[in-house]
Amino acid sequence: MSDLTRMTAAELAGTIAKGDASAEEVTRAHLDRIAAVDGKVHAFLHVDADGAINAARKVDAKRAAGDELGPLAGVPVAVKDVLTTRGVPTTAGSKILEGWRPPYDSTVVERLRDAGTVILGKTNMDEFAMGSSTEYSAYGPTNNPWDLGRIPGGSGGGSAAAIAAYEAPLAIGTDTGGSIRQPGAVTGTVGSKPTYGGTSRYGLIAFSSSLDTPGPCARTVLDAALLHEVMAGHDWRDSTSIPQAVPPVVEAARLGMTGDLTGVKLGVVTEFNGEGAEPGVLAAFHDALAALTKLGAEVVEVSAPHFQYALPAYYLIAPSECSSNLARFDGVRFGLRVGDDGNRSLEEVMSLTREAGFGPEVKRRIMLGTYALSSGYYDAYYGQAQKVRTLITQDFNAAFEQVDVLVSPTTPFVAFPFGSRTSDPYQMYLADLFTIPTNLYGGPGISVPCGLSEGLPVGFQIMAPTMADDRMYRVAAALESAVGTLTPPSLEG
Amino acid sequence: MTTTTLPTYDEAIAGFEPVIGLETHVELGTNTKMFCGCPTDFGGEPNTRVCPVCLGLPGSLPVANKAAIEATIRIGLALNCSIATWCRFARKNYFYPDMPKNFQISQYDEPLCVDGYLDVEVDGKTVRIGIERVHLEEDTGKTLHVGGATGRIHGATESLVDYNRAGIPLVEIVTKPVPGTGALAPEVARAYVTELREVIRGLGVSDVRMEEGSLRCDVNTSLNRPGDEWGTRTETKNVNSLRSVERAVRTEIIRQSAVLEGGGRIVQETRHFSEETGDTRPGRSKETATDYRYFPEPDLVPLAPDPAWVESLRLALPEPPRDRRKRIQESWGLSDLDMQSVVNAGAVELIEETVAAGATAAAARKWWLGELARRANEAGIDLASVGATPAQVAELQTLVDSGKLNDKLARVVIEGVVAGEGSPTEVMEARGLAVVSDTGALTAAVDEAIAANPDVAAKVRDGKVAAAGALVGAVMKTTKGQADAKTVRELILERLGAS
Repeated sequence: MSDLTRMTAAELAGTIAKGDASAEEVTRAHLDRIAAVDGKVHAFLHVDADGAINAARKVDAKRAAGDELGPLAGVPVAVKDVLTTRGVPTTAGSKILEGWRPPYDSTVVERLRDAGTVILGKTNMDEFAMGSSTEYSAYGPTNNPWDLGRIPGGSGGGSAAAIAAYEAPLAIGTDTGGSIRQPGAVTGTVGSKPTYGGTSRYGLIAFSSSLDTPGPCARTVLDAALLHEVMAGHDWRDSTSIPQAVPPVVEAARLGMTGDLTGVKLGVVTEFNGEGAEPGVLAAFHDALAALTKLGAEVVEVSAPHFQYALPAYYLIAPSECSSNLARFDGVRFGLRVGDDGNRSLEEVMSLTREAGFGPEVKRRIMLGTYALSSGYYDAYYGQAQKVRTLITQDFNAAFEQVDVLVSPTTPFVAFPFGSRTSDPYQMYLADLFTIPTNLYGGPGISVPCGLSEGLPVGFQIMAPTMADDRMYRVAAALESAVGTLTPPSLEG
Repeated sequence: MTTTTLPTYDEAIAGFEPVIGLETHVELGTNTKMFCGCPTDFGGEPNTRVCPVCLGLPGSLPVANKAAIEATIRIGLALNCSIATWCRFARKNYFYPDMPKNFQISQYDEPLCVDGYLDVEVDGKTVRIGIERVHLEEDTGKTLHVGGATGRIHGATESLVDYNRAGIPLVEIVTKPVPGTGALAPEVARAYVTELREVIRGLGVSDVRMEEGSLRCDVNTSLNRPGDEWGTRTETKNVNSLRSVERAVRTEIIRQSAVLEGGGRIVQETRHFSEETGDTRPGRSKETATDYRYFPEPDLVPLAPDPAWVESLRLALPEPPRDRRKRIQESWGLSDLDMQSVVNAGAVELIEETVAAGATAAAARKWWLGELARRANEAGIDLASVGATPAQVAELQTLVDSGKLNDKLARVVIEGVVAGEGSPTEVMEARGLAVVSDTGALTAAVDEAIAANPDVAAKVRDGKVAAAGALVGAVMKTTKGQADAKTVRELILERLGAS
């Protein structure tokens, strides 16, 4: 039998359905792989081996009973540690939640369980999803399987690295400003941010409520689409969830895999096609455009004049919301409590808890957001940023009148060495320069590998109108059929 | 601290014009909480009516309760407000342990209902109270400080939090400033809260019980010299009964007047009303932050009530309490003053239900405003909570009408009913309180009285019938009041040959 960890999710599902391998065998193969390489990669914060084996056995029992299996039944999934898992530690990468076992499952996790997927464990991330490198995880960074001395992207570096290192065929990420797509780009994997409201946020530990979007991570576009369909759809527990049918992303991926993009119009964002990106990244991006043209796509330039204000607007809106969302971490009801010696006041205990429990980037953003929402500054900062958000949405709407999808590099630079951007927050924030506009607009975006630059993966971003997620999957699958998937160097030896 | 003699209310108000304003919080009687499915009933073991959402656990999200939105719109409509066609919830950010998320989901600059009014009657005059806004928010939990002498946080060894109340839908009704009420300001304040309570009770959206906290009131008061600009206001909290609303305004007017007359300055502050002493004291600020950093709640979609739906709610509103009272007053044949006393006692529904249960309006009014009101006052509770139901009062009156009880005995029966001993008939029987109508037993008591009071008996025999009263009294005494006085008198006169 071929190595189960090298198979795609679609292949694994077929293998399990046919009975060529049991779900338990598939799960054990991945648990073995985690045991073998995660010491080097550190993609996982918690491996739930018992839970995974039990879930796999249930699938095998169902199959033995002749019950119908879902499209991903028995396929292992790694879940970013920002989504609650009932009874399984959930830290959001923070010391303040160390040891917390949520009493409830997030909707996404519930749907994964209902679909018969096997949850392997929880993946590493920048604390509270704030960062682009996992260097802000309170539990140490994740190493990029392509070069263990480099970052795997962030915040969802653990999910992306787990897939790239064949520790899991699928993973769940969350994307607030690029936290699925940028890690996908720098690890040579596929990362998809669905339409905001297309996937439920219930049980997603909030960073920025109006931006956070759970989505799939995979090694192929079809796998990402399969996972997308399992996790997406309306959820009454999330008011911002969209009460509409899930866009037909699997069908679109299969259509794209035929390699025909005749009649599809791609818009290259002028503002994201020059300065700001490394030459190697731009070169790979242009090669991909040429490949897409060969498949029949028409490529035009589209200007989005307000995209240049996306980064500053994002760094007002997201911290503002986070300053409020993270207020509940006070040591009163759950998680860390520091200094409660019977002599200190409640305020002192809250203060000491937050001082000890939050890392530097989280504190920076809480302070930024608290300031931006303050009386007297609200209009100039938060209010103004919301206006920019409206203008960016107008840019997208105007662009989508001319083209089917917008394209750009996913991130301006390939995986960078650890420590190279932590001293200057702005240099770190630039990693999300191209991904943030989509979050502010609320539409979907996907990153798909398009080649290498200096031996490191480059991601190609496709952005589509809200609830037209299928369009980007079609183009992504077509590009994948033209340029192929990427395989990182071996981690053995 | 030096003790200064405070002026009387009349002295205090003589030189000033008061401006009052009221903020009222009403807990809605929805089945479930504002943003989750937990039950809302009062009481229950601490922290048993909670879930990830109302505990604010990481990852949880609110979902707005449609019934609460409907109830708020109905309150707004009953208060003659305009209903927003689009509005949002907002987060009010401050740290406090009884707030699970350390922000409260409330409404800020986009309330659901704005710009209405409520007419109230005081001293035969109609006063129109402007309504600034009616908005919807979630209630907080309750903090209990254990181990201190005062129950306050200072000196406590432990603080416990009960989140059962956290997330219960709360409607805040804010009046516009009410100037021009002069010396009647305290009564206007009370009349407003009374009327508001009637309106909300009539809508059936809350039980509006001040003693259980389902209706809570903050009272703003300021004083200015006639012709001057309005003065600095204070906000008095912890005002937990209708009587206290009136007292709080009165107390604040007296206090502020003394400060101003003494050349002092009023500080804008929150003050706490004491039910025991009737005075107000500066409150410790609940929140350390004064900047709530309001911003639109991103976890909830905007509210956009369909105007056709709002109109249908408007058409289905019940008769306004004021109109209803006028109608009832006519049908009961009460004077304005009598009706006012019924309203002030909070007895309109009680009497109405008692009448519906078979009693006459006069009898129902007599019991509710007499014996039962006295007991409620003594216990310091609302009349509705006194422990007797309208059906029981109607039953009591039936017993009186049929001669089984006299007035005095009926009062004793009420005591038993209020004490939970059962229905009036059950209490009467269990306590052996029925009127003694057995003439055999009475005759013996009459003869005994005549034998014991020969002088009086002689007078009656001589035709001084009025003297029989002393003998009636003696008989009533030996029968412990259980005899029918009229029958006793007839028997006495008969025995003495004076009838």
